Amino acid sequence: MTSAPDLAIEAHGLVKHFKETRAVDGIDLAVPTGTVYGVLGPNGAGKTTAVRMLTTLLRPDAGTAHVLGHDVLTQPDAVRSLVGLTGQYASVDEDLTGAENLIVIARLYGFSTLAAKRRALDLMEAFGIAEAANRPVKTYSGGMRRRIDLAASLVMSPRVLFLDEPTTGLDPRSRNQVWDIVRVLVADGATVLLTTQYLEEADQLADRIAVIDHGKVIAEGTATELKRSVGEGSVSLRLASSGDRGRAAEIVERVLGAEVVLAQDPYAFSARVPDDGADLAAQLLPALAEAGIAVPEFTLGQPSLDEVFLALTGQPVDEDEQTDHEEVA
Amino acid sequence: MAATQTEVITTPEAQVLRAAIAIDQHPTRPSPLANTFTFAWRALLKIKHVPEQLFDVTLTPIIFTLMFTYLFGGAIAGDPETYLQYLLPGILVQTVLIITVYTGFTLNTDITKGVFDRFRSLPIWRPAPIVGALLGDTVRYTIASAITVGLGLAIGFRPDGGVVGVLLAVALLLVFAFAISWIFTILGLVMRTPNAVMGVSMLVLMPLTFASNIFVNPDTMPSGLKAWAEINPVSHLATAVRALMAGTATFDQIGWVLLASVVLTAIFAPITMHLYRTRN
Repeated sequence: MTSAPDLAIEAHGLVKHFKETRAVDGIDLAVPTGTVYGVLGPNGAGKTTAVRMLTTLLRPDAGTAHVLGHDVLTQPDAVRSLVGLTGQYASVDEDLTGAENLIVIARLYGFSTLAAKRRALDLMEAFGIAEAANRPVKTYSGGMRRRIDLAASLVMSPRVLFLDEPTTGLDPRSRNQVWDIVRVLVADGATVLLTTQYLEEADQLADRIAVIDHGKVIAEGTATELKRSVGEGSVSLRLASSGDRGRAAEIVERVLGAEVVLAQDPYAFSARVPDDGADLAAQLLPALAEAGIAVPEFTLGQPSLDEVFLALTGQPVDEDEQTDHEEVA
Repeated sequence: MAATQTEVITTPEAQVLRAAIAIDQHPTRPSPLANTFTFAWRALLKIKHVPEQLFDVTLTPIIFTLMFTYLFGGAIAGDPETYLQYLLPGILVQTVLIITVYTGFTLNTDITKGVFDRFRSLPIWRPAPIVGALLGDTVRYTIASAITVGLGLAIGFRPDGGVVGVLLAVALLLVFAFAISWIFTILGLVMRTPNAVMGVSMLVLMPLTFASNIFVNPDTMPSGLKAWAEINPVSHLATAVRALMAGTATFDQIGWVLLASVVLTAIFAPITMHLYRTRN
């Protein structure tokens, strides 16, 4: 089996069943070296299962996968020596201190006791958690915890890094720190595959995105391509009075000939602009003004990935309440 | 190439990060033994940080020794001192075997907390995490043995085998404990929660330890129970430990225990490793 050298990760027809469920149902991936690849999907879509197969933790039932040209099935050790992994299931020991966790991992890679210590402290210093080096990890805050997890996967400076939902549950500041780390890694030539349920994260960070739902890739491309595939763009409006929303929505539907999507915020809604509909969008504000509806916020732009997901799956990302069988398995 | 998001970053933080992540010299891959010792060291670190886990190891032998000696001593042997000479080697065996269930418990805790998958994703000798943990556990067994024997000596246990006999007895017991731990590693890999592992392990251990010659001579048992107590490997172990401590051990007695240890390991270690490799 050959694989193009410019692909860091290459998968064909990956399948994994758990009892009745096909957690991963034939996934193809092609991740160019030196890029961030986003795997986007709701809970239970099969993201974690896919990552576990690509990192040799799980044997696929069917299909092939290569990491930097090494087959995950026949050369798992070569793959393991090139990848780093961080996720809900690949974690550090809460009873040990942060430094001890990193030292154990560094020792396992073959660093001498002294070099392992230095490596641990250097990483913790760079990640801004040096002052917590000698505290048990269970005393860490969520953001610190994620950074020590990330540091643990970087002990050997991996060429390919898998991050499974690296920012789930983090506050914006910690999330930005994780993003910065990812950007630096990739700027220095590493490849990062990250899974996320956050469209914004994929949009911000990923060069290319695969949208996964029910174990299948339902769309793939750059964020711009994905958005374009949905339509020209969209308008988002926020009204001065929530009582006007019904009337305003009717006007927008009439002018654009497209359905509106009501936001959670009772003052706001959005609508897709049909292809070649830019001039129609321009008519919206005069029409609303004529009806006496004040519109303090009006944006015309590319559709958000939320809208992309809605268009592709017929359901919004955060309303998929399916249980995450991959966590249990 | 990454064009859109990954413009070259030159902030001071980025420079520090870059310097920290880069490795000037990749270390050579360590030997299986080195990997195993790292995991044993990790087990010791856990004891250091969670000394509570030594509570059981310290208290179980004290309670068992005192309770059984004075509870049954008069009834079984006429007086506690006489019974103690018979019981102490047996109670040592039971104490250490009961502690072996923690092997499965800690393994399962590592799995449920996600620590284990990190280790499985590393390029290391595959059995190292389990073998290393088992080695680390022998430290606990040694502590429990020291407490049991020490307490026994304090209340009147007088082994004729002397220091050498006692040390050999403990060594033999550690070998067997290591071997039987492979049963609990299987439970640790198969069961869903650490507490379930604990419960089932106790179910396995009860008939092994109580239906043996640890507390009473099997001759006093009904025939079915006696038959089991006589083939029970734990009885052979207790017999060998007693004999070593009494200075009367034969090659047969020790040979049986070593054979049982080899058989247990030969059966259950490969099953453990198979489960470990194919875990979902």
